[in-house]
Amino acid sequence: MKVGIIRFPGSNCDRDVFHALELAGAEPDYVWWNQRDLSNFEAIVIPGGFSYGDYLRAGAIAAITPVIEGIKDVVKDEKPVLGICNGAQILAEVGLVPGVFTLNQKAQFICEWVELEVKTTRTPFTRLYQKNEVIRMPIAHAEGRYYTEYIDQLHDQDQIVLGFVGDNPNGSMEAITGVCDQEGLVCAVMPHPERASESILGSDDGLKFFKGIIDY
Amino acid sequence: MKYHAQVEISLKKGMLNPEASTIQRALALLNYQVENTATMEIIKFTLEAKDSDVAHDEVVEMCERLLCNPVIHDYQIQINPVGD
Repeated sequence: MKVGIIRFPGSNCDRDVFHALELAGAEPDYVWWNQRDLSNFEAIVIPGGFSYGDYLRAGAIAAITPVIEGIKDVVKDEKPVLGICNGAQILAEVGLVPGVFTLNQKAQFICEWVELEVKTTRTPFTRLYQKNEVIRMPIAHAEGRYYTEYIDQLHDQDQIVLGFVGDNPNGSMEAITGVCDQEGLVCAVMPHPERASESILGSDDGLKFFKGIIDY
Repeated sequence: MKYHAQVEISLKKGMLNPEASTIQRALALLNYQVENTATMEIIKFTLEAKDSDVAHDEVVEMCERLLCNPVIHDYQIQINPVGD
């Protein structure tokens, strides 16, 4: 199963995601920001990093690149798309998921392990977890505070994917740190499943995010 | 005609502004008791357009497509002919 990993100038989790996808049994390949046609892939992952130096807003400049048009076609073809950290910010900027990930409440970069609750199992990335299962993954971001004007819609349409358990480190609305589109196929999460994809890293709780893509 | 454009981007009313809160707390450390601190971003450039209305409309389009995120931002545009 071929999975495309999107690379922008400033992406820095691309190789980690490659490794995690291989562990999960996928055939990952890198895709540069100016590639328009993604039709040979069965799924897409936008990894974390600091695309275009986070200039203007995190994800804002990546959101207008040619590869995003390709990703929109992937979404039309009902194939899974996962955005992690900067990838999540990009998907929110494009409008493929609702809301925005903006400056943390304390205006600081936060890098720590967190406990997360899986809020829905209807996405390809969370289908191998139990609903309400608590998992451990790291976060590493300055702009991760989730905000939306349409919180009721998110609840009604089961679009909340991950929530912080206990402490809400970045001040996100309702401690939300992962959301999906209405179909549940485009998923944007601030925590890094690839950094929790094997026990030597401190947790392999994140591996199911990638295993879930296989044979979806 | 060539115009100076200035776009002032601010957070919508009621939106949390962590940068402004931090500045306000820092001013308090220096014993300046201020309230309602806000920060905003200014982007300036020049552009060619038939008249100032056309220039304004084009800058609105830039704001909607790239410069602002409509979920959290308001923006104000100033257009002035170059030379004024």
